[in-house]
Amino acid sequence: MKRINFDPYLPIVGVVGLIVLWYVAVWCRVVDPILLPSPTDTFAALYKGMDGGRLGFDFWRTVERTTLATLIAAVIAIPLGIVLGSSERLYRSLEFVIDFFRSTPASAMFPLFLVLFGVGDATKISVAAFGAALVILFNVAYGVMNARKTRLLAARVMGASRLRVLTDVMLLESLPATFVGLRNGVSLALVIIVVAEMFIGSTDGLGHRVFEAQQLFRMADMYAAIFAAGALGYGLNLLFLLIERKFVHWSGK
Amino acid sequence: MRTGTGGVSVVAPSVAPAASPHVTIRGLAKRFGGAVVYDKFDLDIPRGKLISVFGPNGCGKSTLINMIAGLIPPDGGEVLFDGKPLHAIKFGYVFQNYREALFPWLRSIDNIEYPLKLMKLPKAERRARTERLIVNLGVKIDLNRYPYELSGGQQQLVSIMRALVVEPEILFLDEPFSALDYEMTLFMREQLQRVFVETGTTTVLVSHDLEEAVYLADRILLLSRGPAQIADYVSYDAVRPRTDATLSESEFVKIKAHCLEVFQREVRKG
Ligand SMILES: Nc1ncnc2c1ncn2[C@@H]1O[C@H](COP(=O)(O)OP(=O)(O)O)[C@@H](O)[C@H]1O
Ligand SMILES: [Mg+2]
Repeated sequence: MKRINFDPYLPIVGVVGLIVLWYVAVWCRVVDPILLPSPTDTFAALYKGMDGGRLGFDFWRTVERTTLATLIAAVIAIPLGIVLGSSERLYRSLEFVIDFFRSTPASAMFPLFLVLFGVGDATKISVAAFGAALVILFNVAYGVMNARKTRLLAARVMGASRLRVLTDVMLLESLPATFVGLRNGVSLALVIIVVAEMFIGSTDGLGHRVFEAQQLFRMADMYAAIFAAGALGYGLNLLFLLIERKFVHWSGK
Repeated sequence: MRTGTGGVSVVAPSVAPAASPHVTIRGLAKRFGGAVVYDKFDLDIPRGKLISVFGPNGCGKSTLINMIAGLIPPDGGEVLFDGKPLHAIKFGYVFQNYREALFPWLRSIDNIEYPLKLMKLPKAERRARTERLIVNLGVKIDLNRYPYELSGGQQQLVSIMRALVVEPEILFLDEPFSALDYEMTLFMREQLQRVFVETGTTTVLVSHDLEEAVYLADRILLLSRGPAQIADYVSYDAVRPRTDATLSESEFVKIKAHCLEVFQREVRKG
């Protein structure tokens, strides 16, 4: 008898299970139908919204902001992380400050950034960039610091200058950690952007869409927007994972 | 590998007669915290010979070759190569931990060529030198693979080739085969012997395996513990290439037994 390997399809089980559970809940009226629309209605709203509707526009606004915030964070944090990581004493002197702000909820910085940048995109993006930058900085610095001693020694023994050791060894050694930082950073940036879009004088973005749909009691639209946000977060993470796999082929080997 | 100023290789052997030692170590001193590992240590390393360093764990074998190779600074004394300091010569160094010594982001062939890149040799010459080395050593592995795609022995062979490609005046190996399985170790011993016979490069090999130490060596340096002293510096001049048959020759057995006796005496003392 031939055995079919079902393993690759296992992830679908959870998805199908969840949708079935959802249908059952709707049919049995476990929850007020106004609060819990059926999966069909929700996915219809998702499709309509994304296909040239408001949701699609808000989705891309959030993508723009998140991308910009992550980009700014990366451009600042990666070089800084390399500098910090290549001098252990420098890092130790700043470790507490970095750790402290990394542990501070970035959302607590909104009022401060509002004062600095006013009500608008600049505030949303800069708070997100601030949060993401600390995460990236921390990971890059650790990646550089934890570069294998033998590898650095090997380069030095072959006559590599300090600069060559940095560019040829430390930078590449820190890449796996840098990607961990980028993935965590982009996730955090998305969280902050969506929260920001809900409140401070926003007129667009996924956060705004979720909030507005809720205010208007359009529950199918609200769930659709939540799913869109989930898909975005998952997609961004996956994107970085794929880039990492391509460029850091030696990771974990 | 180090090059002299401007990357010009130094023509050494013509300066000093072949009989004079290649490396002279005088009054070497090293301590870690309170522990004196070396004090007033003198040693001559003859030219074109393979020296095995053998001694109890932690007696300072790695520290010795690391000081000679300039990886760690001695607290006192001097190490001269034909009367010149280290930075004026080219040398190769092979680490025990090949996994961490090779660059996983480079293909094996680019790992081997990396020191030539540091010497700013043009691409064509780098490739030519590497090809020559591959032929000389009779290497049959696919060097377009990344190191992590190779077996442990193949990776260590790549490390050794990376050390040899600069045509070093002296080659250091710190327990290069101790992370390999037995079969691979036997194979790599033969590879190293072949490298040595082909190139005649002065070689310092730290080994924790007495059979290996004697089998490969022209001289066996036996170290004692705390601070390290030369317990004996035994000559072994069986013809090369040595083979499995060498291991049962009476001369080999005698020398190995003598080394073991010295070693055990030193261990008991410590
Ligand atoms: N970087 C270091 N810091 C402190 N102690 C060290 C260091 N390197 C070596 N030692 C000590 O020096 C002694 C000799 O070490 P080593 O040369 O590695 O011995 P082995 O003969 O096993 O290679 C050991 O007792 C070791 O603990
Ligand atoms: Mg050692």
